[in-house]
Amino acid sequence: MPAMRAKRRPGVGGLVQDGLRDLTFWLGGAEIESRLRAVARRANEYGVDPFGMDLDYTLAAIGPLLWMYKHYFRVQTYGLEKVPQGRVLLVSNHSGQIPIDGAMIGLSMLTEADPPRPVRSMVERWVPTLPYVSTFMARCGQVVGTPQNCIKLLENDEAILVFPEGTRGISKLFVQRYQLAPFGQGFMRLALETGSPVVPVAVIGAEEQAPALVDVKPLARLLKMPAFPITPTLLPLPLPVRYHIHFGEPMRFTGRHDDDDTELTRKVAEVRAVIQSMVNEGLRSRKHVFF
Amino acid sequence: MAAQAPAVAITGISGNLGRALAKLLHGHERIVGIDRRPFPGRPKDLDVHQVDIRKRAAEELFRKGQIKALIHMGIMHDPRMSAEEHHQFNVLGTAKALEYCARHGVEKLVVLSSANVYGPHPTNTNFLTEDAPLMAAARFGEIRDLVEVDILAQSFIWKHPEVETVILRPVHVVGPTIRNAASHYLRLRRPWTLMGFDPMVQLIHMEDVCRAMALALTPGARGVYNVVGPGEVPLSAALAELERRPTPIPHLVARPLLDRLFKLRLSDFPPGELDYIQYLCTIDGSRFVKELGWKPAHSLRATIRSVDPSGLNLV
Repeated sequence: MPAMRAKRRPGVGGLVQDGLRDLTFWLGGAEIESRLRAVARRANEYGVDPFGMDLDYTLAAIGPLLWMYKHYFRVQTYGLEKVPQGRVLLVSNHSGQIPIDGAMIGLSMLTEADPPRPVRSMVERWVPTLPYVSTFMARCGQVVGTPQNCIKLLENDEAILVFPEGTRGISKLFVQRYQLAPFGQGFMRLALETGSPVVPVAVIGAEEQAPALVDVKPLARLLKMPAFPITPTLLPLPLPVRYHIHFGEPMRFTGRHDDDDTELTRKVAEVRAVIQSMVNEGLRSRKHVFF
Repeated sequence: MAAQAPAVAITGISGNLGRALAKLLHGHERIVGIDRRPFPGRPKDLDVHQVDIRKRAAEELFRKGQIKALIHMGIMHDPRMSAEEHHQFNVLGTAKALEYCARHGVEKLVVLSSANVYGPHPTNTNFLTEDAPLMAAARFGEIRDLVEVDILAQSFIWKHPEVETVILRPVHVVGPTIRNAASHYLRLRRPWTLMGFDPMVQLIHMEDVCRAMALALTPGARGVYNVVGPGEVPLSAALAELERRPTPIPHLVARPLLDRLFKLRLSDFPPGELDYIQYLCTIDGSRFVKELGWKPAHSLRATIRSVDPSGLNLV
């Protein structure tokens, strides 16, 4: 049965979308094209799933990112086969001043995992107030990070990416690199409530992409940003570091999701310790920051 | 009269949705229609009383009419009518209708509320469930009476457990004869959109809403139910389906501009409506599906297209 295709967007937007999608397929190669076309679609006759993800739009949007993935950051992945089918929470360290690490993890799951899997990640609650960004995020499958959204996605057997460090992680200074910030507990509640395995993920390389020397806190407050890092390039432009993404063994937890915090804290600490040791191990095995 | 079968009373029967409901139930149930507006073209065997629900004559119908069930959909929304008039008719009218049910042994009450009472908001979860707070009036004061109606009906559930009460909160109702904000908006040839915003929207065909109200009459059904139609669609895709040519307006100027246009009577959309084309106000209808087996009859495409009276969209 031929998959129902959404009507192509008219005009310049449609041309750009088609061009970028071809870029994605060109970068990915013929094999990836056939795999991506076969990604399970939950879309309706307008090409979107109930959350507003549009796979054709996503395939176009990732074109430039896939170029960075292949040729700029030259991402290497380890242990992708450990990610189980069905519902799963990918829990990763967060770093690099600008959140490229999430996109790179998502691309690794979409272009290198077999079968390819779109990763849904959770965006901050103010993202829907941003014009264009809000639409872009929604069409690429990113949803507002409410617990109900996460539960619904996990119950649909989707893969969800979370950064329990939040902005504390991404805005770390260079001297604090690869030391995990405190973890939030939300992901553990979700894992327990939906019976989802947790796959620890360690991203090596992103910490060096834009080393932050100082964080100008008053300026950050003034601009209502989580941090205002000063990097050697002034703006946090990413350097061509090599990314290494390590996927760990799935961890399964049992217990009540509304347990007291001490019990949750213990489980969260367990995940954090595993990720920290994966980060340390990944750093030891890395030969060079850029190669 | 005494020999007659117990009847289903319908408030607001003369409206376009009310007439569709009457058509659906006519022949299956004895209907007692209540509306202060006339019902032109009324079938001879359809019992409609042109009275105001707040008046004593309306209570008489409940006293004598052997009414087993009430479907309360006599809610007006006219952006040009004052807030006071809205409250007088909608809130007071609902309070009276609930009172009659409790006093005259009505067994079943179905109140037609709306998913709009949750209110669009950037932090909304994608699928609001029935227990989500009703926040619509926080940013859109004109809708306060509708929130009030819903809350009155909710407290009635607790105060009068002997009356089986169902509150239905359907998504935007559309259809060839429907005249609400959503249908008016979708009928515009060059509708405004907010630049860079394209929220998912949910629509339901008027005939499906009528079927949902009939389903709510099922004995044993009680409580609050979200009613979702055939699914979710980006606003832009719905407008493309209707071959509209949207005019994107930057959101920062749209609100003051629409406010001015509304006051000058150049637009019939109060500025509060803009949130519905900027943010999500989509709901989770799984409870109605799971507990009562709800399934809409109209497809998503047919539902969207239904705003154009058939054929006219080809002109």
